[in-house]
Amino acid sequence: MAIPLSYSWRNLLTRRVTTVLTAGGMALVVFVFTATLMLAEGLRQTLVSTGSPDNVVVLRKSSETEVQSTLDRQVSSIAATQPELATDSQGRTMAAREVVVLFVLPKRNGEKSNVVIRGMGETSLELRPQVRLIEGRMPAPGSTEIMVGQSVLSKFAGVGLGQTMRFGQRHWTVVGVFDAGRTGFSSEIWGDAEQLMQAFRRQAFSVVVAKLRDQDAFEAYKARIEGDPRLQAEVKRERQYYEDQSKALSRFLKVLGVSLTGIFSVGAMLGASITMYSSVATRTAEIGTMRALGFRRGDILLAFLAEALLLGALGGAAGVAASSLLGFLTFSTTNFQTFSELAFGFTLTGEIAATSVGFALFMGVVGGFLPALRASRLVIVEALRSG
Amino acid sequence: MLLIRLAVRNAFRHRLRSVLTILGVAVAILAFGLLRTLVDAWYSGVEASAADRLVTRNAISLTFSLPLAYREKIRAVPGVTEVSQGNWFGGIYVDEKNFFANFAYDIPSLLAIYPELAVPDKEQLTALLRDRKGALVGDKLAKRFGWKVGDPVTLRGTIFTGDWDFTIRAIYKATRAGVDESQFFFHWTYLDETLRSTMPTRAGYVGFYLVGIDDPTRSADISRAVDAQFANSLAETLTETEKAFQMGFVSMSSAIILAIRLVSFVVVLIILAVSANTMAMSARERSGEYAVLKTLGFSSSTLALLIAGEALALSVTGACLGLALVLPCAEAVGAFMTDFFPVFLVSEQTIIMGLVAGVAVGLLSAVYPALYAARVGIAQALRKVG
Repeated sequence: MAIPLSYSWRNLLTRRVTTVLTAGGMALVVFVFTATLMLAEGLRQTLVSTGSPDNVVVLRKSSETEVQSTLDRQVSSIAATQPELATDSQGRTMAAREVVVLFVLPKRNGEKSNVVIRGMGETSLELRPQVRLIEGRMPAPGSTEIMVGQSVLSKFAGVGLGQTMRFGQRHWTVVGVFDAGRTGFSSEIWGDAEQLMQAFRRQAFSVVVAKLRDQDAFEAYKARIEGDPRLQAEVKRERQYYEDQSKALSRFLKVLGVSLTGIFSVGAMLGASITMYSSVATRTAEIGTMRALGFRRGDILLAFLAEALLLGALGGAAGVAASSLLGFLTFSTTNFQTFSELAFGFTLTGEIAATSVGFALFMGVVGGFLPALRASRLVIVEALRSG
Repeated sequence: MLLIRLAVRNAFRHRLRSVLTILGVAVAILAFGLLRTLVDAWYSGVEASAADRLVTRNAISLTFSLPLAYREKIRAVPGVTEVSQGNWFGGIYVDEKNFFANFAYDIPSLLAIYPELAVPDKEQLTALLRDRKGALVGDKLAKRFGWKVGDPVTLRGTIFTGDWDFTIRAIYKATRAGVDESQFFFHWTYLDETLRSTMPTRAGYVGFYLVGIDDPTRSADISRAVDAQFANSLAETLTETEKAFQMGFVSMSSAIILAIRLVSFVVVLIILAVSANTMAMSARERSGEYAVLKTLGFSSSTLALLIAGEALALSVTGACLGLALVLPCAEAVGAFMTDFFPVFLVSEQTIIMGLVAGVAVGLLSAVYPALYAARVGIAQALRKVG
């Protein structure tokens, strides 16, 4: 007969201070581990949901971001008028020639950061159904009016409704605030493409964003555009484009998080070992008694491993619970690849929660294995005598 | 004296537990040191900047350029000693993973403004200045890719399209610690002349100007004088000290830096939990002894000292071990992260903070057991032993 689980559980309860301290150490490790995974996931989801599945982005060859890309008027017109592209209810081709530039804006805390300002074409909004106006009105076409994304409004100073900004030797009035959910667009400012090009003295657009007639038309469109020697352009699916942009930052967050928690977990495992060793040492006589009653070595080993696992489970549950609170926060930093500010949240998925709890159990088992082995190897007579 | 001996003896009574605790503290302090160094690495550009240098760039943002004609206008501002024009080139060597900083600069003026970039071999310097396609690379970068003087290198342009061929003509070394030895510089004229034939609209424009000044205390005045010249022009400028310019890059990642700082304190908390646990256990086991000591006439405060001494012996040993490991580990991590952080040096402050953390963990973990020992009733504890 196996030793009941309640025996292990009661043992943890009897020595509350030690249990809380050990599980607390593990919980902190799990917290950091979960938080970094959540952050990398939040970043990925933000950028992936920025792109729509049947949208494509046309960029200048070998430019990696919209900001680096330039497509002059002729090239962008060719890219925007192809048979593979969808048309809207008014018969217009669903393609927007956009200009994307960075400019420096002060944050509310006084620091400065780069913000994307996007000059939109006629169909830009139709191409991005995620973008919804929540306050004010749309900028009038051909005017020096702009609208700001919600993340920009909450993080930066001087961009409120009705305020004016000065850049490119002109004054720009904020007439609207838009919400684009958890997408990269929420961290952008939008205005009229032609006006912005004038202001920034640019002759060329940055990108063409277009909607395909159907998803399968991608290969044909890509082949036509990239095969045209006049254009020197590159075509990417919008979703793929945004996913590529998250790679460096998300790799950085993951490498940092995983290597950190790797080191931290050693500390927590040692903590679990200390607890379990002393648990074994103080119960030598008890273990001897149990052996004398007929419990086998394997039963003792399992009982102590169960205790260590429970300890890990406690730590894991506490850590995941604490990190789930992070879901209410947003994190805003400069994306290394685009060089612009991007706001994203901590996203907890079932997979992350499971990985984290699994990690905590693993720490418990590794920390508890040697002490449990020692407990199971005690010689009955000596163990009984020690009491 | 006796007390110290007793404390140390006590600390190592449970050898296995003590060793585990020391290892735990060592690992945590090691992590703490590496995290602090990581934060420092972010600030390395700021640390390496000098007070007598300004950077002039387009006021809109760094992605906008300035006309080449500004060079002479800036040079004419009183107090300015030297001006060098530069462009962030953003070229990729073979694969995106091989990231390193590459710039087009007016090389002679660059070297005049940056005396810390020294080319030890004068012949290399002459060859570099003679060859329009010549490149000046840092010692660390040359070692990373096994480049030698005379080797051809091709970069794929991301901002300036095409494949760009260079020949390595000179290798620079930093004359003081903390200066990035993994940069790649080439002649600005090469960039400009090529653009003139391939993308004529982009030729004649400069990414930013480096400005050397004679009197660092007047940097604010000189900055204002430079910007005033170009106010209300098509390309307004923003001039700031090199330090402020570098700080701008750091503050872009401020959220990440803050997170790393917080995490570096979390690791101290983790180890506090482990160490406090060890001490709590020791105290529980020894309540009988404390009663005996109290009976002999030792006061509660002496007992507290004894316990604190024991905790300190463990945590400080661990901290020293961890700090001893920080240096070699930082070197290994630095080599691994070299494309993110070219400078990865452990500062004195990190070592001191590590020691402070070790002492703090020792003292804090002694609080609960010391209170316990002070409160323990003599008769009750003695009975427990019996």
